[in-house]
Amino acid sequence: MNTHAKAERAEEAGVSPARLTHLERLEAESIHIMREVVAEAEKPVMLYSVGKDSAVMLHLARMAFHPSPPPFPLLHVDTTWKFRAMYELRDRAAREAGMELLVYKNPEAIEKGINPFDHGPLHTDMWKTEGLKQALSLYGFDAAFGGARRDEEKSRAKERVFSFRSANHRWDPKSQRPELWKLYNARKAKGESMRVFPISNWTELDIWQYIHLEGIEIVPLYFSAPRPTVIRDGLILMVDDERFPLEGEEPVMRSIRFRTLGCYPLTGAVESEAATLPEVIQEMLLTTTSERQGRAIDHDQAASMEKKKQEGYF
Amino acid sequence: MASEPIYQTDDLIAEDIDAYLVQHQHKSLLRFITCGSVDDGKSTLIGRLLYDSKMIFEDQLALLESDSKRMGTQGQEIDFALLVDGLAAEREQGITIDVAYRFFATEKRKFIVADTPGHEQYTRNMVTGASTADLAVILIDARKGVLTQTRRHSYLAHLIGIRNLVLAINKMDLVDCDKGVFDSILADYRVFAASIGIEDFTAIPISGLRGDNITTRSDAMPWYEGPALLDHLETVEIDADRRARDAFRIPVQWVNRPNLDFRGFSGTIASGTIAPGDPVRVLPSGKTSRVGKIVTMRGELDQAVAGQSVTICLTDEIDCSRGDVISAADSPPEVADQFEATIVWMTDEPMLPGRPYWLKLGAATVSATITDEKYQVDVNTMEHIAAKTLALNGIAVCNIALDRALPFTAYDDNPDLGGFILVDRLSNATVGAGMIHFALRRSQNIHWQAIDISREAHARQKSQKAAVLWFTGLSGSGKSTIANLVEKKLHVLGRHSYLLDGDNVRHGLNKDLGFTDADRVENIRRVGEVARLMTDAGLIVLTAFISPFRAERQMVRRMISEGEFIEVFVDTPLDVAEARDGKGLYKKARAGELKNFTGIDSPYERPENAEIIVNTVEISAEEAAEQIVEMLIGRG
Repeated sequence: MNTHAKAERAEEAGVSPARLTHLERLEAESIHIMREVVAEAEKPVMLYSVGKDSAVMLHLARMAFHPSPPPFPLLHVDTTWKFRAMYELRDRAAREAGMELLVYKNPEAIEKGINPFDHGPLHTDMWKTEGLKQALSLYGFDAAFGGARRDEEKSRAKERVFSFRSANHRWDPKSQRPELWKLYNARKAKGESMRVFPISNWTELDIWQYIHLEGIEIVPLYFSAPRPTVIRDGLILMVDDERFPLEGEEPVMRSIRFRTLGCYPLTGAVESEAATLPEVIQEMLLTTTSERQGRAIDHDQAASMEKKKQEGYF
Repeated sequence: MASEPIYQTDDLIAEDIDAYLVQHQHKSLLRFITCGSVDDGKSTLIGRLLYDSKMIFEDQLALLESDSKRMGTQGQEIDFALLVDGLAAEREQGITIDVAYRFFATEKRKFIVADTPGHEQYTRNMVTGASTADLAVILIDARKGVLTQTRRHSYLAHLIGIRNLVLAINKMDLVDCDKGVFDSILADYRVFAASIGIEDFTAIPISGLRGDNITTRSDAMPWYEGPALLDHLETVEIDADRRARDAFRIPVQWVNRPNLDFRGFSGTIASGTIAPGDPVRVLPSGKTSRVGKIVTMRGELDQAVAGQSVTICLTDEIDCSRGDVISAADSPPEVADQFEATIVWMTDEPMLPGRPYWLKLGAATVSATITDEKYQVDVNTMEHIAAKTLALNGIAVCNIALDRALPFTAYDDNPDLGGFILVDRLSNATVGAGMIHFALRRSQNIHWQAIDISREAHARQKSQKAAVLWFTGLSGSGKSTIANLVEKKLHVLGRHSYLLDGDNVRHGLNKDLGFTDADRVENIRRVGEVARLMTDAGLIVLTAFISPFRAERQMVRRMISEGEFIEVFVDTPLDVAEARDGKGLYKKARAGELKNFTGIDSPYERPENAEIIVNTVEISAEEAAEQIVEMLIGRG
């Protein structure tokens, strides 16, 4: 059958090629990016933070390499302060994907007992920024997938899909490469590495919609439920375990959920009744504060993301 | 100007979220680029699109309102440009922003906007942003009409193959929404567009600031009968979909082999459709087979189309690996190793014909050199200019030669198999982008003639192993002296050799070349080719050339058979070489009478992995020659 006849056949069958949806195009792009990395990098790894973006990224990785398991391990740079529900899903998700799970905790942060209550920004620096660099160096990974998206905030709008880092993990704005068509230049010198963002072009709504369509399991904290909370500095914080130092406060049960997940003492909840995915999506579309507002980390300083990126944090 | 936020909150979201999700799920995706400077109201337009499609959250809006008042650019009104102009500070920090991407959606479509700020880097940035765009919006200030930059933007959009062009004639409110102004700009543009081969475009009179003809047709311009900008963006046919009707091609990205029973070829379909049972051909080998199954995690597919990322299993065990292309058996792509292409240069260091670069096309990476630069194009006037190199943001039509043949299509037919990037072999930076026009005839017609007497037979007859002793070092370092001594010793030992000397070659073979970087590269390329022929004849070849660039020495190393290239670095410090100055050249160079003199005003890149390093300060030329010959005897 010649090609034109085939296209006609396609259109008759109602699966006209003209109807690749935006999610299908995004999915194909992400898969393409992941395969490029696996074909060109020596030792890739996927950074897995157990959030909804990580969940989608992991799902896409399974799609990209099926029937093989994704040919790289998952790396969780742990701060020891994540929500308990995140640790539970993390271990199960890795097992179901048939992937090795590496958990790294910065030994220096463990020794010094770094925590979000006493150490402020140092908590993120030591556990996440330093921890990530240490883990990548320790295992010798030369490519690390991350789940950042360009719609998250202004400074990410211009981020490349392949982001190059020097041997000491610094992001040098001058050494970033133009990205044309589907052609990604993954060549690098020894010691250099790259961070790769396969879901760069997804928006928050795309992520939710895809989770909904594909039935991807996410941490239950994204759905509303009565949970013990205190209010500090305008953020609703969940008292997730006994390490939360109460300053004479009595935790109050509130119906809350989280729009973004990080360390529980740093992640603000929203009061909500949205207990199902469609309800969560509906609430997201109707409410009008942007996603990252719930993260204390971004309020540190104005140009915070730019600075953190240069230092090696995502 | 509306003072109330015009959130287009979809009622469906509140009333029936499930129905909304189904609707959203079936939206298509249009990627477009906006071309124009800040003065044309580009940022205002993008900000307006984000705002009107409810992509601005309350916290961002609050910030926007306070910023607008603080800046006072629009009085007490909202300045939409501030939404996307968050890049000023970064510009001050010297951060290069080539493209920023924005996202919004309407009821019918989702959009990704590539926004390319900056004037100086405009060509590079716009080409990058346009390479993934289905459509370009070219902004014109109604007060100014068709300007040089309008021509440049249109030329670049056309060059990169964007077929959907929108001419947005902006700031109509400042010309009283006058039809005469619109018509006259349209007439001007039509003449220009035709002159560069743009066949079709859509012109829309708008006001980004006031929102006229952006989401809905404006009452202020009743004479305009076409669609509002957003209507047009929502309904225009997407290029990627068009490609589904072409012949099937998929570049193989990765071979999926979880176990001995499964071998699948993964990639993103560049064009056409495919179904199990379809006959296919693997390029460049030309072997044929049939599609067994199309595998995805969701299950096997009855059919897959252009744009999808899939894994294909064939019914036969045939060779196929990353970089190959699987195509419809009855209409395979051409395979060639020489092309004519348009090249856009994207880095400070100029492009040099003859210098080898990595070329990435589809999933294949090969070594490539520009063999001939036909002409450069002035992006402001579209004039053709003769040139030998290509600087940052330059555009040129060139011939390009690869070290092996690749399947390809003309860029106009399919960017996935006709667009390539060039990568510097040392810095690994992406230095250029190219679009293939066609294969050169000689590439299709010249084949290797099989020769009965092999290169091994030639060498055996001379009882020796062929080799190239490549002497490199500064002028006056002692390359020629040592090479001469080595050859004398080899001659005494009864070996067959030939000395290619830099000065001598420039009297004949290379007398048309000067000393610019481009000519130096070509000089070395030719010497490398001659040396290769001589090693084929079984000779021990000695060359004495400054050969200052690492990239060219590596190029020759790759031309010569494995193990036969011996780099001899004659390591003489500049002050020592300059003190010797046997030919009086340093004196001339210091006096400014000799341009591009290595070590003075042209760089020498020291070898990193030379097989032999000779230090002429510590040992004499005679001793150095002795050591080299001993080493040669050692390897047979």
